[in-house]
Amino acid sequence: MSGRKFWIFWGTLILLLLVSCSLFGPFLTQDPSRPDLFARLLAPSFSHPFGTDELGRDVLSRLMSGGRISLAVAVSVVLMAGGLGIVIGAVSGYWGGRLDSFLMRTVDVMNCIPTYFLILSLVVVLGPSLFNVVLILGLTSWTGMARLVRAEILSLREREFVMAARASGIPAWRIIFRHILPNLSTTILVASALLAGDAILIESGLSFLGLGVQPPTASWGNLLTSGHEYLQMAWWLIFFPGFAIFLAVASFNLLAEGLRDILDPRIRSGA
Amino acid sequence: MRVLGIIPLLLGISLISFAVINLSPGGFMATQVQMSQKISPSSIERMRKLYGLDAPVHVRYLNWLKRLARFDLGESFLDGRPVKKAIASALPATILLQGVSLILVLLISLPLGAQQALRHGSGFDRGILVGTLASYSTPTFWLGPVLMLVLGVNLGWLPISGIQSPNYSEFSMWGRFLDRSAHLALPVGVMVIHDLAFFTRYMRGSLLEVIRQEYVTVARAKGLPEKTVLFKHAMRNALLPFITIMGMALPGLLGGGFIIETIFAWPGMGRLAYSSATSFDYPVIMGILLMSSFLTIIGNLLADMLYALVDPRVRIGGGQ
Repeated sequence: MSGRKFWIFWGTLILLLLVSCSLFGPFLTQDPSRPDLFARLLAPSFSHPFGTDELGRDVLSRLMSGGRISLAVAVSVVLMAGGLGIVIGAVSGYWGGRLDSFLMRTVDVMNCIPTYFLILSLVVVLGPSLFNVVLILGLTSWTGMARLVRAEILSLREREFVMAARASGIPAWRIIFRHILPNLSTTILVASALLAGDAILIESGLSFLGLGVQPPTASWGNLLTSGHEYLQMAWWLIFFPGFAIFLAVASFNLLAEGLRDILDPRIRSGA
Repeated sequence: MRVLGIIPLLLGISLISFAVINLSPGGFMATQVQMSQKISPSSIERMRKLYGLDAPVHVRYLNWLKRLARFDLGESFLDGRPVKKAIASALPATILLQGVSLILVLLISLPLGAQQALRHGSGFDRGILVGTLASYSTPTFWLGPVLMLVLGVNLGWLPISGIQSPNYSEFSMWGRFLDRSAHLALPVGVMVIHDLAFFTRYMRGSLLEVIRQEYVTVARAKGLPEKTVLFKHAMRNALLPFITIMGMALPGLLGGGFIIETIFAWPGMGRLAYSSATSFDYPVIMGILLMSSFLTIIGNLLADMLYALVDPRVRIGGGQ
């Protein structure tokens, strides 16, 4: 398998596996929030493949319902930050001028602020919740996409096909969305995959520290919190959620790797 | 020239921070009073005055700016300490942790990335790519506790948290060094594993870019030994972008360790930010936000100047 296919194959495979488990898993297993005090902290076995937690809840089913939350957060953050970044980058690059320099100064300012500290202070002010985590990650991670899209549009807007479109009187927003952005689809996909991976890492980190998704709603991050408390007694509590996060982040990064290879065939990542 | 350029950045950062404080519904004093019964009416009054909460928004912003200009960041809600002092006492621990990690990361990732570029497309190249991808995808808050359990608790090789042993002051110089190194080992290890990917990948790309340049071909063509070509010609230019990259990585370095610092009870900026976030200590978290951004700007400025110094192609304000 050539490099590109290798990355995309494994990335897609792992991601599909995680998505289908999270989507359909909860229908097949027991209620993830049903406690069973006679089955507390059971090691992995046939009836509980990933063991049970301190309240006797099945770790596998909690993992799968937590996956819904974590993956949904990733998708929402990509839609929000990606959308924001694309629009800001497109406006900035296509029209240029004062608006462009204002928007790019804003990006500069955002890039000087340590993202984690900005996220933390926003969590303090807005309060920790599922919705706020998405909002905060969306508001703090759009700058990379904006810069990328702007740079590409700057070079594309002088090309003949854009000139032709402009000359035939097509409105600017239509030129941007129908003629320019499709040329950027791979660039945007790479950036989105990287965004999704980082979103999962940050969301689960925040949830792990109690600043993100709040229990009883399970997310991969807050499942780790209880795993941390029972670290010495029950390794499975921390192992499986951590592994799920690892797989999700890795799959997005694998996809980004493969797609980047398509973009820049000069730097092949392996024959 | 560049020094003047930081003024709009500073203004922008102050605007964003001010906006963050004022996002809180009902003002952050309301939350604070609800959250903590211990806060006395007099300190509420003091804070109200400090932030001038009854004035209109633009007046409040200007007053707040004036205070910032005098480096008056307010006092901690929790212990009444000036925020400046709280940050100043946490900064050295973060610098130590990040400094040691960064040096190790560079020592490992630069040769690794360079090797990858030289053996571009080989099994080695791909193996390292997969390895760095995996290390980047490993959550620090998962790896940290696992290493803590295995190396710290089960094997008892390393201390699991904190920056020094309780009896640190009784140790000799050498003993102190060993004690500090042992406490650094786990947090630094986790951080290095996480940060390795970024720098390795960058080095690989940078060197790949450079060895395609014509001057490298020329150097080879005139019969210079491969070592000279690599270390005297290619490597110098491949390493140049790292000056900028370090400047760009600075905010990540200052803030990115916050999860690791929290897990390992490392008394730095990150843990301070976390503890003030969970106790709704607004002045401290805002102070950290402002100070770390300020430090980042200074760092970027220094990186720009250094770059101009070593790379004659980029001279600040160079009249060409």
